[in-house]
Amino acid sequence: MSQIVIDGVSWALLIAGSILVLVGALGLMRMPDFYTRMHAAGITDTLGADLILLGLMVQAGFTLVTVKLLLIGAFLFFTSPTSTHAIANAAYTAGLRPSISEWDTDEPPEGPERDHGEEDPRP
Amino acid sequence: MTIANFIDMAFLVFLGITAFAILKLRALFAVVMLSSVFSLVSAGLLVHLDAVDVAFTEAAVGAGISTVLMLATLALTARREKAPTRTHAVPLIVVFLTGLALVYGTLDMPRFGDPQAPVHTHVAPKYINDTEKEIGMPNIVTAVLASYRGFDTLGEVTVIFTAGIGVLLLLAASIREPDGLRIQTMDHHLVLRVVTKVLIGPILLFALYVQFHGDYGPGGGFQAGVIFAAAFIIYALVFGLENARAAVPGQAVRVLVACGVLLYGGVGVVSFLFGENYLNYSVLGSTQVSGQHLGIILVEFGVGLTVAAVMVSTFYAFAGQNPPIGDEDW
Repeated sequence: MSQIVIDGVSWALLIAGSILVLVGALGLMRMPDFYTRMHAAGITDTLGADLILLGLMVQAGFTLVTVKLLLIGAFLFFTSPTSTHAIANAAYTAGLRPSISEWDTDEPPEGPERDHGEEDPRP
Repeated sequence: MTIANFIDMAFLVFLGITAFAILKLRALFAVVMLSSVFSLVSAGLLVHLDAVDVAFTEAAVGAGISTVLMLATLALTARREKAPTRTHAVPLIVVFLTGLALVYGTLDMPRFGDPQAPVHTHVAPKYINDTEKEIGMPNIVTAVLASYRGFDTLGEVTVIFTAGIGVLLLLAASIREPDGLRIQTMDHHLVLRVVTKVLIGPILLFALYVQFHGDYGPGGGFQAGVIFAAAFIIYALVFGLENARAAVPGQAVRVLVACGVLLYGGVGVVSFLFGENYLNYSVLGSTQVSGQHLGIILVEFGVGLTVAAVMVSTFYAFAGQNPPIGDEDW
């Protein structure tokens, strides 16, 4: 009986995680510009991966494997949002602006404006 | 087709797609990122082939450190590859013929996983049968690497040592040694700094675990060395090269490069002096098993030391070429 409950819970978590990862991938393909793509991939990625790990932990029970999965989960919990932040920050500092905003028509904000498609002016 | 085969195929298809994308792209930044992806996917493939020890190294070196080194190189050169001026005909024919010869060669190879393959019938059964009795450690890979094949590993460490020396010889003339310590402040990288501070400790701890737990689980000197170096390089990237050099001066790292190889060779000399063959650790302890344990831990530590030091000093040599990247240049 308990095995059925464990299987059910872990399957639910695994499928939920997989759906989130799929949605993220879909958003990465379909969203119009860089920042919305980052938004789609970055947010679903962390939760999706952690849900999948949680599903695996439920399967593993109270073993050393669970502790290792927990460590991996904690590591992803820190690094995944940080890398999203770092990429977005780098793009913004390099002068890439969101394409859907009032900045398109008005004055651009502070910072070096640079079209991302162009060649790097540095030698 | 079994699921295991299907996963292998999926990994190989990804590798192929990535390789083609690398060939076709002219934007070098994207090429560097894709080569990092290539390494990560091959690390996944290696994990699935149960070669966890190799996957470790591939993930840390290929996806991590070498990407950083290539980015450092990219900062010195142009961002786009020039369009080729000559035709591709001759290279294409050469590559095609070589590939054909290689594929022809694989026809003679035993099938994947064939128990009658020479690799499974020659010395492998001896290692698998005798490791428990002779070396007494659960991870046979470590026993083969450090004890049965100790000479090969000494050669590998020497290769890494020589490669590191070569890089230093080529680049050392133009390394900018810090003229007085200039502490860079990276104020708007606050998130990166905080997260890096949180993570560096656990990464270093993990490297030590991989180093000294290599007898029992996957890991050993090579893996621990690159993970250790990776943690250090993250620190240098986020907090600035000057701060990293203040923590561990380049001179000290260069000394450590030699120390690791010396430790490995020294263990061999000690077993020599006890009247045994070179790199026969059995005489180092009171019993054969304890001697083997001590010897393997020592030589693995030597490997880790050299690998980590070579990685860090190579990074110093590459990063020292650039004027420090200011925040406004990003």
